Amino acid sequence: MTTRRLAGVWAGKLTRRSTRLLGSGGTALPGLVAERVDRDLTRELASGLDAAVLVTGTNGKTTTSAMLSRILTRAERRVLHNRAGSNLMRGVLTSLIDASGANGRLPTGLVGVFETDEAAFDDVAEAVKPSAVLFTNLMRDQLDRYGEIDAIAGRWSRALAELDPSTRVVLNIDDPLISTLERAAPGPVSRFGIEDARVGTATEAELADALWDPASGDDFRYDHRFYAHLGHWYTASGARRPAPQISASEIAPGGEGMRFALTLADGEALPVELPAEGLYSVYNALAAAAAASALGVDGGTIAAALGEHRASFGRQEALRVGGRRVRILLGKNPAGMNQALRTLQGEGARHHMLVILNDGIADGTDVSWIWDTDWEAQAAHCASLTLAGDRVNELALRLEYAGFPAPREPRRAEIGAALEQALDALPQDAELVILPTYTALIEARGLLGRMPGATELWETA
Amino acid sequence: MSGEAAIVVDVLYPDLLNLYGDRGNARALVRRCEARGIDAVVRRVDPGDEWDDASCDIVLVGGGQDREQRRVEADLLRRGQQLRDWRDGGGVALAVCGGYQLFGRSYRGIDGAVMEGVGVFDAVSVHPGPDVTRCVGNVAALWEGETLVGFENHGGRTYLNAGQERLAEVVAGFGNNGGDGGEGARAGNCFGTYLHGAVLPNNPRLADRLISLALERRGESGALAPLEDRAETRAHAEALRTALRRPAESGGVLQSVRGLRG
Repeated sequence: MTTRRLAGVWAGKLTRRSTRLLGSGGTALPGLVAERVDRDLTRELASGLDAAVLVTGTNGKTTTSAMLSRILTRAERRVLHNRAGSNLMRGVLTSLIDASGANGRLPTGLVGVFETDEAAFDDVAEAVKPSAVLFTNLMRDQLDRYGEIDAIAGRWSRALAELDPSTRVVLNIDDPLISTLERAAPGPVSRFGIEDARVGTATEAELADALWDPASGDDFRYDHRFYAHLGHWYTASGARRPAPQISASEIAPGGEGMRFALTLADGEALPVELPAEGLYSVYNALAAAAAASALGVDGGTIAAALGEHRASFGRQEALRVGGRRVRILLGKNPAGMNQALRTLQGEGARHHMLVILNDGIADGTDVSWIWDTDWEAQAAHCASLTLAGDRVNELALRLEYAGFPAPREPRRAEIGAALEQALDALPQDAELVILPTYTALIEARGLLGRMPGATELWETA
Repeated sequence: MSGEAAIVVDVLYPDLLNLYGDRGNARALVRRCEARGIDAVVRRVDPGDEWDDASCDIVLVGGGQDREQRRVEADLLRRGQQLRDWRDGGGVALAVCGGYQLFGRSYRGIDGAVMEGVGVFDAVSVHPGPDVTRCVGNVAALWEGETLVGFENHGGRTYLNAGQERLAEVVAGFGNNGGDGGEGARAGNCFGTYLHGAVLPNNPRLADRLISLALERRGESGALAPLEDRAETRAHAEALRTALRRPAESGGVLQSVRGLRG
């Protein structure tokens, strides 16, 4: 225990208290201040964890982390996690400071589950010294912010090579850009993937980001493609998706979401009823199962906990507002939005939609990604359309191109006004589906929560 | 216009050079042709394909990541003479970002390696290296008395040689190199630009110009019936406001703070 460390913890705690008093629930600022007091604080505090898992990737970080936390909690492990979206170094540090006692130490027996920003992974991994790192997928997302996907893959590879050889690397082998990270893994690897060739939904209109193997220059080809560039891939020079140790098969919609058979490394197959829709949810569940299994949780506990999954903030989250049904599906990049739309299309019904496009830094200031999203497939499934957000007019143009019905007028950027507009026009017993970008989700979710008659069906991840 | 041959839009390397919504450009051309009763078809030209320029009206080439640009380099260079002949014969083309760089004489990448370009534009592009900020953000530019809007995201800087006409004057953003106030290039009926957005849906006058030039090259009238363009006008105005309020510098600073390269 150093004096500086204690000072760092206290500086962080005090800043956090003052921001709470000021009413901004911000989770980033306290860590930022404390980091200045002791740059090694994250490293020191994290060394007091029993185990730590970093969850990174383009899509699925928040939901996968929430599923993993639920599994570990059910296995009677004490879990420390950062809040959804506070996934830079300072978000991790803030959660560590919050959990530390007045003596500057963490309670014993804690397992850290940290959602980690793609571009912060190397720094966080260096400081936290995780026992496992989990990669969900790597897709086109906010190119203005993250740079090209190659830059991310390169940083991850370099960070993996620096990890302690005991670190388990958990990989989605259906994503060739993730699977090939195995070449840089310093130690044990857990591979997860889908083993059900009937469930592919990939279409020509979907963009594939990963087109060839950077090592050989060969194109990635597919025996079967599920969506985006996820599937059973191979290359002409003989690279091939390895066999998964953790897999899902017999996947079908059912119950409140997806049913599938979960096979773990020991070959045991367990039925799972996952209350979340879409193949992307199955991937999130597989990722969480693989990480939990690596931490020694048994299959029965994993399957049971997945069955109790509750939607994270804005991720397929359902709520009631004054007797009206509202569902929120976050969509912040082409692959994520395509999967959200595919989920809606799979339900057969036509949806009353509120789509919100913001261009804040957390959304990506470049909104051109909406031109890479397959809205055309959704146009026939739209019963009515309301639009909002900083770039409401760009969105209107894109959806007019896609053949959507004309959006409600007057068209407003303000989310509150559009929300009222959409709810007022919503037929009795109908559901409003909200598709927001990240900052739009935060605002819409806050507004909905404050409306009279709002029923909370959510939790924070 | 029925009875006339369809406008044929050839997209070069659509799987490799398709970053930042550039696929919207082909959609814009088709939509704006069809709104005037002109048939339009989009064809793809992939590496190894022969490009049938005799039946082509408009060439589109988009942007890619560095690795994708390397991947098309050899195939594109093979077409160098064909593309320069296309330019000299009044052929219409729009090259965006990475495609624009490759349509110049050369491109020096982030690692210092020089790629030869096809030389449609008398320009050279240079990536100043990993420690220099990328040009990222919203752009507004003046083109023939009108505004062009879009989003740019490029590491390389493009310098036009003497005599090479620029496309537009930057009002907000970096444009070609962040230094001389120029954005894009025009050689004959070939247009180069750093603007994504996608650029043509958001700049319908530019889209119509490409269509008019293509029709005139076939000996037909390039006069196009005006369209209502209500959604286009509102989107363009919104992008213009955004660019003037939040020009490219903000995005660029963020990128350098995060220490990303590329």
